Amino acid sequence: MSEQTPFLRLENLSKDYGQGMVLHSLSLDVDAGEFLTLLGPSGCGKTTTLRIIAGLEDATEGRVYLDGADVTKLPPEKRNLNTVFQSYALFPHMNVFQNVAYGLKIKKVPKAEIQQRVMEALQLVQLTGYEKRMPSQLSGGQRQRVAIARAVVLRPKVLLLDEPLGALDLKLRQQMQQELKRLQKQLGITFIYITHDQEEALNMSSRIVIMREGRVEQIGTPEEVYEHPATLFAAGFIGQSNLIHGVVDKVGEDGQMTILSEGVSLPAYAEKEYHPGDKVVLCLRPQRVRYGSEPQHGLDLQGLILDKEYSGGMQHTHIRLGDTLDIRVMSQSSELDSYQIGDKVHVGWSIRHAPVVPDNPAEEAQ
Amino acid sequence: MTTDKKDSRFFRFLKLPMYLWTLVFVFVSLTYVIGLSFMGRGELIGVDGLFTLANYARLREPQYLKVLLNSLKLAALTTVLCLSIGYPFGYLMARLKPGARTVVLMLLIVPFWTNSLIRIFGWRILLMGNGPLNTFLQNLGLIEKPLKLLNTEGAVFLGMVYALLPLMIMPSSNAVEKLDYSVVEAARDLGAGPLKAFFTITVPLTLPGLMAGCVLVFIPSMGLFFLNDMLGGGKTLLTGNLIQNLINSRDLPMASALSALMLLVTGAVIALYRKVGGSSGQLSMF
Repeated sequence: MSEQTPFLRLENLSKDYGQGMVLHSLSLDVDAGEFLTLLGPSGCGKTTTLRIIAGLEDATEGRVYLDGADVTKLPPEKRNLNTVFQSYALFPHMNVFQNVAYGLKIKKVPKAEIQQRVMEALQLVQLTGYEKRMPSQLSGGQRQRVAIARAVVLRPKVLLLDEPLGALDLKLRQQMQQELKRLQKQLGITFIYITHDQEEALNMSSRIVIMREGRVEQIGTPEEVYEHPATLFAAGFIGQSNLIHGVVDKVGEDGQMTILSEGVSLPAYAEKEYHPGDKVVLCLRPQRVRYGSEPQHGLDLQGLILDKEYSGGMQHTHIRLGDTLDIRVMSQSSELDSYQIGDKVHVGWSIRHAPVVPDNPAEEAQ
Repeated sequence: MTTDKKDSRFFRFLKLPMYLWTLVFVFVSLTYVIGLSFMGRGELIGVDGLFTLANYARLREPQYLKVLLNSLKLAALTTVLCLSIGYPFGYLMARLKPGARTVVLMLLIVPFWTNSLIRIFGWRILLMGNGPLNTFLQNLGLIEKPLKLLNTEGAVFLGMVYALLPLMIMPSSNAVEKLDYSVVEAARDLGAGPLKAFFTITVPLTLPGLMAGCVLVFIPSMGLFFLNDMLGGGKTLLTGNLIQNLINSRDLPMASALSALMLLVTGAVIALYRKVGGSSGQLSMF
């Protein structure tokens, strides 16, 4: 495969179910071997996107290219990719072995090879010895793994996973996250993974596509979308943030700027160009804010400790800047035990960790 | 816990009418019919009260066997016809949007509530030599002389399928509706074409409904002899016709023996259905 053509390309995909657009001209390139996550709240079009890639849904407009070929009009059985369904969709009238062997039988693979490949796939998902069980005799996590084995046994080019961990409890979820990551590395298959859980997306993905109302908000590595949100929605959806609405006051070198919010001048940073007077939102992660008796990060900002609470080794502090601007700060609790409610402190942050995004009241998450 | 006891006593009381009903209308009447079948003909009350197996021995005579075979053939063919029309119909109905499905369901059920005798008279009129269908075909110029539609075997099958089709459509449609469609999508995703997915996934998973439909159609079609009279002109004798004739000629023991045989056949069909259900595990919901 040449470097120019991406492995999987979605081109201007639109979908209209007749009750308004679900997807608005969505375009996306995916490289081979990527673990790409479509992340967004329910109704953002991520499942529709996946179903269009799988061929289970026709796009109203746009094209899908897989490995250089236009597969837009191909039915699902003709596409070299497989899906792990949200409900697992195991065949209830077949046992585990028959479920996993189904696709191979359809492809008329010789019996001995079916036997061998099914056993390999079951070993991969650690279900050796479960061949004779019926799906109804399995736990949720086991069913999920059968669904994965059933898909990967066909050695697809792309594995599509529609919220595969959604129905599992937290502990199993975390364990399966690790297993899926291991599996993806081991198989080298491109994963397109759907979730509405931002933590899951940050943990597992090589790239994240943040979607909202049928549009792509931002595409980037977990670090990029976390540290440099492109939109207010992305900033609010991924992780926790102090979202401070203000206007650009002064613009300096290298994207540095100060913004003015509730009478306080706050240092910030942006990759895009802004002009004084632009309405913006400063996205300040609580973990990125420092405070102490000395000026922090060379900034001249003073704050008043309003409230403190401990939880699990972390300390959450509410600090008031100026007269009315309150921010949340998160820090290792051991460092700052000496400060009390009502103490005055110096507050600061690295400018690189204080990105701004354009203000847009319609975009705020939740 | 004490209230539970009271409740269960109360519910047992509520079940009483059911037991009474079963006792009078199933147990007593069946015992009566089966009892009569083991007696000879008598003058006063129709039987002589003496035990005999002669009636059952007579069932082996070719005239009776032929009639029984006629009934079985009609029932089997009706079931096959209903299956081949009713299952696809039920499948498509289940895949309709809820609103459209309700409309189709009403269109199915409302005629089903109407007296079947009246509906069959309707068919008689439609199929008559100078009836609307023949007139219509003649006016179109498709035929020159009226076709003989009424009093044919075809008319009997038409009437049977017409009368019993809903009994196949309903369970089929219910089974398809209950089917989680994502398993069909999964089959497609794993490389199965639409037909392959249908026969390896949809059919096995809706088999319980399909089998229930077959039983629901087969059993009444063994007994719908008046359709044979009204649409087939009574040319072929069915078991039901024969029982009627025997009663009319006051041969109650022989009529009872034939009835007992019909019961046996019905029982065998249900037993077979149960057996298949038990072994595959798929029918357990029924």
